[in-house]
Amino acid sequence: MVNALQEATGDLLHLGGPKVISAKDLSLTFQTNDGPVHALKDVSLDVHKGEFVSFIGPSGCGKTTFLRVMADLEQPTAGTITVNGTSPEEARRARAYGYVFQAAGLYPWRTIGGNVRLPLEIMGYDKAAQAERVKRVLELVELAGFEKKFPWQLSGGMQQRASIARALAFDADILLMDEPFGALDEIVRDHLNEQLLQLWANTQKTICFVTHSIPEAVYLSTKIVVMSPRPGRIADVIDSPLPRTRPLDIRDTPEFIEVAHRVRDGLRAGHEDD
Amino acid sequence: MRNLLPILTVVATIFALWYGAAIALNAPWAKDKATRAGVELSFSELVADTWSQKKPKLPAPHQVGAEIWKTTGAMVLKGRGFSKRSLFYHSWVTFSATALGFLLGTILGTLLAIGIVYNRTMDMSVMPWVIASQTIPIIAIAPMIIVVLNAVGISGLLPKAMISMYLSFFPVVVGMVKGLRSPSAMQLDQVRTWNASAAQTFWYLRLPSSMPYLFTSLKIGIAASLVGAIVGELPTGAVAGLGARLLAGSYYGQTIQIWSALLMAAALAALMVGIIGMVQRYTLRRMGMA
Repeated sequence: MVNALQEATGDLLHLGGPKVISAKDLSLTFQTNDGPVHALKDVSLDVHKGEFVSFIGPSGCGKTTFLRVMADLEQPTAGTITVNGTSPEEARRARAYGYVFQAAGLYPWRTIGGNVRLPLEIMGYDKAAQAERVKRVLELVELAGFEKKFPWQLSGGMQQRASIARALAFDADILLMDEPFGALDEIVRDHLNEQLLQLWANTQKTICFVTHSIPEAVYLSTKIVVMSPRPGRIADVIDSPLPRTRPLDIRDTPEFIEVAHRVRDGLRAGHEDD
Repeated sequence: MRNLLPILTVVATIFALWYGAAIALNAPWAKDKATRAGVELSFSELVADTWSQKKPKLPAPHQVGAEIWKTTGAMVLKGRGFSKRSLFYHSWVTFSATALGFLLGTILGTLLAIGIVYNRTMDMSVMPWVIASQTIPIIAIAPMIIVVLNAVGISGLLPKAMISMYLSFFPVVVGMVKGLRSPSAMQLDQVRTWNASAAQTFWYLRLPSSMPYLFTSLKIGIAASLVGAIVGELPTGAVAGLGARLLAGSYYGQTIQIWSALLMAAALAALMVGIIGMVQRYTLRRMGMA
């Protein structure tokens, strides 16, 4: 009883929100012709409401696989995971999350507005609600006025913003992002990172963000999950001491550099057994 | 202008070869006639004869051209452009069977492709049958189709269209299976995250994605349809259609008539493929896929 109470208050003190994603001893093994591949092994992690969690690690550390398990795109072979207190499948059916892929994946035959409207049409929103939401989320990603343009008329960064708008359109509380800015150049990336923080502050969403970039992870996150490969596992979980409001030049402060160091150490530790 | 010269060169070469071949192939008959008449032919007389025989082995281009004009343009000028002696009439008869067969073939091909993409049993079993169906010579199976359909009281346009369909569904199946499977794993994952139904995935993603493949298949399919329709006109002793003209021409050794029907069929095929090409360009440009 006392323990449970401590745990509960601990959680509340921790970040002031309930658990949105909770994984316990999660494992996923792919059977391949070269034998089993342990994409995830005994991964346990809690993500609380309103957190911005980055997953960072080298290729093959299972960070994308972990995100895909949350999204019910992969099935774990052992352990348990809940999303919004339900199974990932139920969460997917309830449209509890928006997923942003590495490529924007906009349909060339639909306008930007039409692409953002796509999930709304699929989910059966009425016409008025569709129009209102498309307008709102396009403003949120600063693409107002581009509704009638076709994807090929937009730059790569703008396309990716449109794909984020599409993931936001149906009011899911969770945003899962799989290296959304991985294919963009540094300057566009900085700009989109700033916008993403702004958007996170405005919408209060819980964000899980997979990245290869240490500065990106440290700049964006309230919690950084460092992962290591073979088998994919969590090497370190770092709670960021940085404030929630972050101008770009926060990256030159000693606190930022210290967190970046710790991430780098975590990544190196994961590689020691290579 | 830059494109015109090579085209004209090729056309001129074809005409030169054609006229030359006409001399070579028709010369024995010209000499035969001269021997029987007891006259000696000079070279220019020989050439003139080989290019103007009534039933040549290979008619010269201008003979075919004159025949085509006589059965098309000249008849239009006389106000009988659609009489039963006109090639327009025969082309129309063949075209209507081709168009119906093409439509049926496209529907059948698309339905089979959907079945193959969505149903594992069909995926594993249908394709070998589809391929086997195309290994049977159409000329062998066409009379069977006509006889069987006639026995159940179906005659006229439909049996020809069925043969047409038999040839045209194949490229559509092959192209549409590939097209409906063309969305990437990422795109399919994406609609899954929206919890889209199978029908929604089909209408919103798979079908639009397949359009470039569909049009390529349709171009092959319409040409195959025309072949099917013409072959379908051969065994029935049909009195109308380009196939009937070919058959009648071969009965009576009217090679000029055969060649004019052949060229008309080629022009019809070019026209139909061209129209599909235009629809393709327009559609794909509108879809941002061209």
